[in-house]
Amino acid sequence: MKPKKSYSRKGAYTWFILPALIAIGAVIVFPWIFTLWMSLHDWRIGAESKFIGAENFTTLATNARFLSTIPRTFYFTILAVILPVILGVVAAQVFFQNFRWRGFLRGIYIAPMMATPVAIALVFTMMFQPQVGVLNYFLSLVGIPKSLWVYAADTVIPTLALVEVWQWTPLVMLIVLGALASLPTDPYESAVIDGASQWQMFRHITFPLILPYLMIAIIIRTIDALKSFDIIYVISQGGPGTASETINLYLYLQAFSFLQIGHASAVVVVFFAIILALALTLLYARERLRWNR
Amino acid sequence: MSNPMTRRDFLKATMLAGAGLASASILNACAAPATPAPAPTTAPAAPTVPAVVKTPGDQFSWQRFKGEKIEALLIKNTQGDIMVKNLKEFEDLTGITVGVDQPAEQQQRQKLAVEFASGATSFDVVYYSFHVQKRLFGKNKWVSDIRDYLKDPTMTAPEFDWDDFSAAGKAWATEADGRIDALPNKIDYFIIYCNKEIFASKNVALPKTYDDVVNAAKTLHDPGKNVYGFAGRGLKNANTILWTTMLLGWDIDAIDSKLTLNTTSPDAVECAKMYQNLMKNYAPPGVGGFNWNECQSAFALGQVAMWWDGLGFATPLEDPKTSKVVGKVAYVTAPKGPKAQWAGMTGDGMGISNFSKKKGAAWYFSMWAASKGLLAKSFAQGAGAQARNSVYTNADALKSLVVPKEWVDGVVNSGKIGRPTLPIIVPVTEFRDIFGVALNNMISGADPATELKKAQDEFKPILDKSEA
Repeated sequence: MKPKKSYSRKGAYTWFILPALIAIGAVIVFPWIFTLWMSLHDWRIGAESKFIGAENFTTLATNARFLSTIPRTFYFTILAVILPVILGVVAAQVFFQNFRWRGFLRGIYIAPMMATPVAIALVFTMMFQPQVGVLNYFLSLVGIPKSLWVYAADTVIPTLALVEVWQWTPLVMLIVLGALASLPTDPYESAVIDGASQWQMFRHITFPLILPYLMIAIIIRTIDALKSFDIIYVISQGGPGTASETINLYLYLQAFSFLQIGHASAVVVVFFAIILALALTLLYARERLRWNR
Repeated sequence: MSNPMTRRDFLKATMLAGAGLASASILNACAAPATPAPAPTTAPAAPTVPAVVKTPGDQFSWQRFKGEKIEALLIKNTQGDIMVKNLKEFEDLTGITVGVDQPAEQQQRQKLAVEFASGATSFDVVYYSFHVQKRLFGKNKWVSDIRDYLKDPTMTAPEFDWDDFSAAGKAWATEADGRIDALPNKIDYFIIYCNKEIFASKNVALPKTYDDVVNAAKTLHDPGKNVYGFAGRGLKNANTILWTTMLLGWDIDAIDSKLTLNTTSPDAVECAKMYQNLMKNYAPPGVGGFNWNECQSAFALGQVAMWWDGLGFATPLEDPKTSKVVGKVAYVTAPKGPKAQWAGMTGDGMGISNFSKKKGAAWYFSMWAASKGLLAKSFAQGAGAQARNSVYTNADALKSLVVPKEWVDGVVNSGKIGRPTLPIIVPVTEFRDIFGVALNNMISGADPATELKKAQDEFKPILDKSEA
């Protein structure tokens, strides 16, 4: 009879997960289904909603302005991921060494990560000002011509990425620092006995060993950079023209300025598919690179 | 032997500490003064007269809705700050308690559109922009028609005086079918701020015509000395209003009352060429990313000879803490265009949510917010041109004016030639955005006719759909 008793208990346990299932359904599943439903409607706030099937998606496929936001978003993302990863690895190597004031300097280094994006954006907006901004003043001190920073179409995306780099390099540094602390010491001892140089040890031991951790940093940064909104919105509002209008900015414009909820929902669905595909690709790459499985 | 703290000990200690803190907060709250914290304001000292000077009237009582509580959705601007600062006066006068939400303009517009569309608003009375939301609100009947209140002597204070409102203000608040949806508060006109010192340095007269503007910009432009002939909004969306304002000089609206698009007409193209010429050749570098605040900074630093924008910037320009051009600014009324002379006009007002259950109290708040006294205070503190005619002759307001008399003349002269600058349509934001991109492209050298054609092709289906 004992096995039967155990089975009935199992049934009783399922009731305990019900509240969690309801909560997940309410806050995650329902909004998604509702967004998908809205994306199939022509609905502008203040007007009647009408079911139009996949028309919002076919419109997006031919909408030059929306299509132009996709490569722009990737351009921004690539800059806002690669640079923090490189600089973060370098910083982690530096802060992994023992030196005086290390703890204090680490604290200073990670400070940008704790700041509010909107506050950062406001400070950088003032710094980027072509006439009175401090950055152009610094450039003039070393004889470099003034830049238009976020006020010119060709420099706006790299400049915005610069702000992301400044804020998020410490995150990569922290992840890599954790990875370095967990590495086994024997490969290094062998390498020293074999007469390997510092660079060789980094290239052939450290880098392969920290790669799975680096992939985690890349995944987090990629998703964050793709979703980046506050800094771009506050600093450039997607301008000049549409030169810094990323998918997120376009989405915000459609939803909250134009009040085109149906169209904006379709953008959300497409954007979600892009992020999901990218995240899965990166997770797959991470699994392939794992050495400590 | 050490006695480490267990998890239970820790939880117990945390609970005790939490209870202690909560008790302290409650005691503190009980001990706090009953008056609310002062509202943030940037406005300087105001005239001390009350906003409402009661006149004897048997039928009307300001205390009629005593004890009610209403919610007001305002905007974080000088006008809103002045209302908040003087709120106690309204509460004492009426016995009505007012809860105020005062977000930034863009966020406020989004909030109220979403709430109105939901059919239930968290506010009873709302401050909104006629030039952006009039058609959307009017079409959906989101705000109440106030004509019955205005006619009712038991609901309108005898001193209120509807006839004191300017024709422009009344026109802004009135719908095509005659409904009056709001009480007008503020009217803003586009003027040209001129740096008299720069003009005098090359002996150039202040502009009276569009040709004068272009010629002065050309003559005064001297980037080698960090002096630029002209500044205006270049950032997409923000820039469209400058072009539509210039377009009034050709005596046409971008979109007329019959919803005809005039945006690719020869005059519209000529106007776009003028915009392009001024912004591309005589404006500071990076003007394509300039909104009003960047223009203001450049002008206040004395780097710009002319800046064409709304008239609400006199206060910071005349403040020695924020400006290097104090006393050097000429406030020039919109110059004469090739075919006409009009000053581009925008406007704001106070409406009552049609979903409110406390419309009477909300109406009282609207009436107070547009009262002679309160608008005079707003005027004196440089919040911009007000919708009542009496403020311009209000001795108390004129005496405590924080801006030069020349600015007042600019306002009065603009009032005589004011004309709405943005089309009164539902998709006004799309209009500003799409044509804003076209204008921004022109600053980078794109052909005006091609850009306007492209923008019109993109915008027309949106207009047709929204107004169908």
